[in-house]
Amino acid sequence: MAESRNDALLQVLRDNEQEILRGWLQLQERDLSLRNNLLRSGELEQQSRDFLAALRGALSAGDTDILTSEAWAPVRELMTSIARSRARQGFTPTETATFVFSLKQPLFTALRAHASGDDLAEQIWSSTLLLDSLGLLVTETYQKGREEVIARQQQELLELSTPVVQLWAGVLALPLIGTLDSARTQVVMESLLQAIVDTGSAIAIIDITGVPVVDTLVAQHLLKTVAAARLMGADCIISGIRPQIAQTIVHLGVEINDVITKATLADAFSIALQRLGLAVVRRTAKAV
Amino acid sequence: MPQTKSETVPVRSTSEVVMVRHMVRRWAVEIGFSIVEQTKIVTAASELARNMVDYGGGGVVVLEALDDGIRRGLRLTFEDKGPGIADVEQALRDGYTSGGGMGLGLGGARRLSNEFEIRSKPGEGTRVMIARWKGAS
Repeated sequence: MAESRNDALLQVLRDNEQEILRGWLQLQERDLSLRNNLLRSGELEQQSRDFLAALRGALSAGDTDILTSEAWAPVRELMTSIARSRARQGFTPTETATFVFSLKQPLFTALRAHASGDDLAEQIWSSTLLLDSLGLLVTETYQKGREEVIARQQQELLELSTPVVQLWAGVLALPLIGTLDSARTQVVMESLLQAIVDTGSAIAIIDITGVPVVDTLVAQHLLKTVAAARLMGADCIISGIRPQIAQTIVHLGVEINDVITKATLADAFSIALQRLGLAVVRRTAKAV
Repeated sequence: MPQTKSETVPVRSTSEVVMVRHMVRRWAVEIGFSIVEQTKIVTAASELARNMVDYGGGGVVVLEALDDGIRRGLRLTFEDKGPGIADVEQALRDGYTSGGGMGLGLGGARRLSNEFEIRSKPGEGTRVMIARWKGAS
């Protein structure tokens, strides 16, 4: 029964493809009229044409299992690529789903010319089910596309946020900015330890001026990093401890007795120079 | 206690812990907390929200801005339906942890707040309420 209903849909598609395409494009262009800067002209027509062709191909195979069957694979692939490209281009989920749902009107108009009464109701119902599940598929894929964008940005942020800089021969600095969750701390620790090896540095300054909150987890991450650096023969100085952070750490009860801490990066740098037996002196007029 | 504003937010993941911190910071600024007061309540919120995610399987935070005509404050209630804490005294003791943390979060949150209340029943969940008043030490 299901197949015969879709047979009617297939018949209508075959007979009226150009007409349906024209009606569909008109609706889409009206809906997207404000967004035509996002889509190249001709791209929409190409996508719509490809979709109708794929739909026709899948329907003629007679299989009704949209989500898994082989026959529907080309339709699914096409939907996936359209949804993903729209997610990247900045379309809203509604605009993306409209691609499928706006097909209903021209399709139902064509079906109406093809049948009437109970037959028509049946055909419209089965077509609605079909397009709804395709619409959901598009929305879901769109969502996945957005999630991929977010995941990529998170990855980029991880890499961006951990620059180890050399202040002097033997002195490294790691300016931390933002939230220190476990994933980021891991990256930070690795890049610091690697930089200690690469530069043969004896002193590393971890500056937390840009870390808004130092709770017990952040403190634990910091202490672990200091301990790991110490195992590699480098001493760490933690700088950028603002008054409010200092008070909070005291209330929390975190012990950082065996770590050198300083209020500013400049103080920490001066300690580092002292340790290396270096001093910054003002040049006298004579020396110039 | 007259409350001027209230909001409930779910906390299920570490990224939502970050969101709670941002919200608490925003509310604390609105109430007029000093930078030290802001940092204290944000840090306490961070500890308690993370506890909910790590040990309670996630829960909700209720933020309430308080104003009794004389003083203004912020009350935060953390509620989860997790396994609960069998021995609350032990959990509050510094250095005790059932996970891999430092064992300072719960006690630290108590020291960072003006008011602290914890209720927990094994198998039913945990509810921690903290409050801070503007201008209180």
